[in-house]
Amino acid sequence: MAVVYEKPKSLSDAPLHYCPGCTHGIIHKLVAEVLDELKIEGKTVGVAPVGCAVMAYDYFTCDMVQAPHGRAPAVATGLKRALPDQVIFTYQGDGDLAAIGTAETVHAATRGENITIIFVNNAIYGMTGGQMAPTTLPGQVTQTTPYGRDIHTAGFPVRVCEMLSTLDGVAYAERVSVDCVPNIRKAKAAIKKAFTAQIEKKGFSIVEVVSSCPTNWGLTPTEALQWLRDNMLPYYPLGVYKDKTEEGVR
Amino acid sequence: MAERVLMKGNEAMAEAAIQAGCRHFFGYPITPQTEVSAYLSKRFPKIGGTYLQAESEVAAINMVLGAASAGVRAMTSSSSPGISLKSEGISYLAGSDLPCVILNVMRGGPGLGGIQPSQADYWQATRAPGHGDFQVLVFAPSTVQEMVDTIFRAFDKADEYRMPAMILADGMLGQMMEPVSFPEGKADTQKEKPWAANGHGFKRKQNVINSLYLNPAVLEQKVRERFERYAQIQKTEQMAEEFMMEDADFAVVAYGASARIAKSAVVAARAEGIKVGLVRPITLWPFPTDALQKAAAQVKGFLCVEMSMGQMIDDVKLAISCSRPVAFFGRTGGIIPTPGEVLGEIKKLAGGAK
Ligand SMILES: Cc1ncc(C[n+]2csc(CCOP(=O)(O)OP(=O)(O)O)c2C)c(N)n1
Ligand code: SF4
Repeated sequence: MAVVYEKPKSLSDAPLHYCPGCTHGIIHKLVAEVLDELKIEGKTVGVAPVGCAVMAYDYFTCDMVQAPHGRAPAVATGLKRALPDQVIFTYQGDGDLAAIGTAETVHAATRGENITIIFVNNAIYGMTGGQMAPTTLPGQVTQTTPYGRDIHTAGFPVRVCEMLSTLDGVAYAERVSVDCVPNIRKAKAAIKKAFTAQIEKKGFSIVEVVSSCPTNWGLTPTEALQWLRDNMLPYYPLGVYKDKTEEGVR
Repeated sequence: MAERVLMKGNEAMAEAAIQAGCRHFFGYPITPQTEVSAYLSKRFPKIGGTYLQAESEVAAINMVLGAASAGVRAMTSSSSPGISLKSEGISYLAGSDLPCVILNVMRGGPGLGGIQPSQADYWQATRAPGHGDFQVLVFAPSTVQEMVDTIFRAFDKADEYRMPAMILADGMLGQMMEPVSFPEGKADTQKEKPWAANGHGFKRKQNVINSLYLNPAVLEQKVRERFERYAQIQKTEQMAEEFMMEDADFAVVAYGASARIAKSAVVAARAEGIKVGLVRPITLWPFPTDALQKAAAQVKGFLCVEMSMGQMIDDVKLAISCSRPVAFFGRTGGIIPTPGEVLGEIKKLAGGAK
């Protein structure tokens, strides 16, 4: 019988600890499929964040390093400088990447560090129980913005792809979503392109994945995906923000 | 014998790192460690090494963490305020059982403090280089030659015990010029690192570098295993110099730059007929308890001399279980004690007795 679907080899058999309906699982699968298709699992080192994906090392079967909160791009830089021919990626949430780790993110990007970042933007701090994230939308209710994010006191959300695309070191920045099958397909293509750019030493690559956190948004999985479409996509438009994957950044 | 060259302490440490096989340095500028970075930024591009000026000390230590995870010898250097920023990373390095070398060319504190030599980070290095139950190896050289030798030893011991090693120097040693020679053929003492996360190539199982253990029983077990290693280190890795201790009735205890001053004071006191010697810790962790206990069996009292308000004195008292009086003399904020001042304190301790 022909095999029509298989779990990617770069994903272990460990049961995922993510909440039901959480999109982290889909994103893990896409990354693992890309590692399989590019045949790079054996030469890849992944960097896990502090956030819901902290135990990504249990799921990805490549070598893994668990980084301090926000420091994954610096850890990845150290790995890449020591292993210039291996493939290095980080997998980070929005608090990790765009709050505590903003400096590490921006500087890895501007150095044109030849690494790939998978950035999971779910507009909230999932792991710690749903506090405001740097990407929390204006008016969005979280545990620490109980009256909705007030732009007068809490300021505005960070649009990471737009910000990073101004930097010369960035070869590829695309924002995708995993809210529906067509978008999941596009997300996978983007992730593959980002890893390919790294393999070809074109510079820094980032794929921002707009995702959901049904648990802390207080919605069912399907409601959460609809909320994502209605609220997040208008603020975080999908698309390619930077593409220098042909010519490279240097 | 290897050729002797005149070098500044900071540059000598940088050259020693290269010769010890280190090809990865990550740092952020700060006085008074400047020459370490400047030297490596000049040399590394020519020999295929990585010199990377990070965006902060936080980033630099995490780059060290990444490079160390990959299995290479990695180093960072900084001075007091920068070491504070590195403490998060140092804790993760220790919790992930990663080797690396960290230089702290100490300056006066707290806060921005000053840029003159100090030894006020002793507690930080030996008690709390970061959060959690752990230690790092701490070395305190007191000559430029010893700085060189210590770098080799620090890399070797860090690899051997899979833990960070810190070298506590200060602005005075860093700037001082002395003749040094480099041990020949020492660069390839590096251990195999089968645990490194460098791509499994389908030839071995997955390697994970991690400090997270959500199960308290497992975490406790991990910490206990580390402390068994620490106990072994405390047995075998203590280092101290004993100077004029054979017949001493009193002992000065000092490390690093203040030990140089103390040595002059001891020589001057001897000239005046006072039977005093010096115990100079070379490892601050593990603290050379054995040498202190040996001295305690012989002397009537100790004088601890530091460029701080008195930090190592705690370890001196602990080492000898307060069995002898321990006096203290220190200058802080970047002021270096003079041999004359220390001589005065030795005389006080000896009670004018010959
Ligand atoms: C230095 C430090 N500060 C705070 C925390 C607590 N903490 C753990 S995860 C997290 C936020 C994670 O949110 P995000 O990066 O958005 O990832 P998500 O959990 O939503 O996937 C915080 C604040 C920590 N572990 N370390
Ligand atoms: S808390 Fe949110 S982000 Fe975390 S696993 Fe649950 S649904 Fe996913």
